[in-house]
Amino acid sequence: MKLDLLTGLYVFMLAAFIGFEVIRRVSPLLHTPLMSLTNALDAIAVVGAIILAGEHKSTLAAILGTIAIVAATSNIVGGFIITDRMLRMFKSSGPKKP
Amino acid sequence: MMPTETFIEITYLIATALFVLSLKWLSSPTTARRGVWAGEIGMALAIGGTLLYRGIVDYKLVAIGLVLGCIIGVPLGKVQMTAVPQRTALSHAFGALCVTLVGTSEFYLRSPDIPPFMMAVLSMEVILGSLTFTGSLMAAGKLQEILPQRPITYKGQNFVNLAVLLAAIIIAGVLVAHPEQTRLFPAMIIIPLMFGVMLIIPIGGADMPTVISLLNSYAGLSAAAMGFVLSSKLLIIAGALDGSSGFILSVIMSKAMNRSFTNVLFGGFGQIQTSAAGAKEERPVRSATAEEAAGILAAASKVVIVPGYGMAVAQAQHKVRELYDSLTKRGIDVRFGIHPVAGRMPGHMNVLLAEADIPYDKLMEMDVINGDLPQTDVALVIGANDVTNPAARTDQGSPIYGMPIIDVDKTRTVMVIKRSMAAGFAGIDNPLYYLDKTLMLFGDAKDFVGKIVRELSGDHHG
Repeated sequence: MKLDLLTGLYVFMLAAFIGFEVIRRVSPLLHTPLMSLTNALDAIAVVGAIILAGEHKSTLAAILGTIAIVAATSNIVGGFIITDRMLRMFKSSGPKKP
Repeated sequence: MMPTETFIEITYLIATALFVLSLKWLSSPTTARRGVWAGEIGMALAIGGTLLYRGIVDYKLVAIGLVLGCIIGVPLGKVQMTAVPQRTALSHAFGALCVTLVGTSEFYLRSPDIPPFMMAVLSMEVILGSLTFTGSLMAAGKLQEILPQRPITYKGQNFVNLAVLLAAIIIAGVLVAHPEQTRLFPAMIIIPLMFGVMLIIPIGGADMPTVISLLNSYAGLSAAAMGFVLSSKLLIIAGALDGSSGFILSVIMSKAMNRSFTNVLFGGFGQIQTSAAGAKEERPVRSATAEEAAGILAAASKVVIVPGYGMAVAQAQHKVRELYDSLTKRGIDVRFGIHPVAGRMPGHMNVLLAEADIPYDKLMEMDVINGDLPQTDVALVIGANDVTNPAARTDQGSPIYGMPIIDVDKTRTVMVIKRSMAAGFAGIDNPLYYLDKTLMLFGDAKDFVGKIVRELSGDHHG
């Protein structure tokens, strides 16, 4: 689906505002997991790399695309694993929450 | 066929919603893990949808890429918590690498028919991507201590850096006007690659939280630019979310170090170090043994522990947990004062303390704990230096003047665990150490805290 410039800018602007409002509320306690999680989400760039490697329009594009898939996938896998590991460690002193 | 295309778009739409929810749920430790699941489901949907795309002819390469990525990703997800800053820097580098490679391929596939706007965002994608790639690798190298951590500065450094960046932007400008000039394209990658290295050369360890946040922001922006190039709303949104997250963290970090945001943007880090060679005089300090320290702690009713990166270096967090237990058992109120830039990345200290099983509701933000410090009996500073330096409040000549600090000097007694009287990373003398209420506990953080714990559990002071 083609996307015209103006629509793209609207999408970007609105997403930036949402990001700003949502992330402002993240407790400083969780700033490290925040960074590893956004990093994993950002690796959604893998979809572009998959199409590039999969379409195989040129040898260069296929090779660079494959390397790009490797880089992005390792961010997705590693990012989610470490974020979950970190979040599991945060325990409250109150008895009600595990 | 329309149906498949529409189906893929719908998976992207759901993924987008899940990504926003994922970050929303991260706001509190009680819902945060749900946030990770939302992110994982969104990611799986988007990748699954993409694999259905009819233009894909070569599934072998895609599979190889995905499998190799998993093989590299799993160990990167299992690093030690002390190594999280360098892991994060490395993942910024990987993200930027992906974006740069895709941008490069797109250029060669589309040249010379690239409309000016498209070429402009593509240039932005590639420039931001490549400078983030080398910059993050440098940062990771410094954090892992493969590279020298001391900042390297020279006269006119900012000027040289800006000139290099400008050169890359000029080349981008020429390419926007003449996208058929494919010979110029490699220069638009190589110059920002150099710039990334030059940007991090003057950075010292204490500035790493700001730098990592900034690189995070750049990585996000480059991904958003890639979204424009590929006409992918999903990617624009994910990039914008990542970019604004990095931006917010950079602002918080630069405020916590009292740097203006422009100062940060233009790589004005590390300047503290050059101007920090102030006059140092020999002044008397009071030191104490572990036995005395244990006695003072046992007699207190409110204790605040202020940890810094030194605690992580000494791997003292588990001993600190024992101290916390031992004091809490005596009915003493123990809390932790966490400075925003303590550690090597935003929130690093919280993760290390949480790993040592210290409840997160005992980890207090700077502003919260500062209000309580005048009523606190003992502040125990472990491996923190500049973030407790009262000169930031009082001495206008100090390079850190104006930086918000944890006001440990307002408590009744301050105890500082430190190896020796050598100045901290920034090379700034700390007047805190010469106060009458301050006791210096000389030694390795882990050993010393261990000794205090032993004294507390022994009967000498019971």
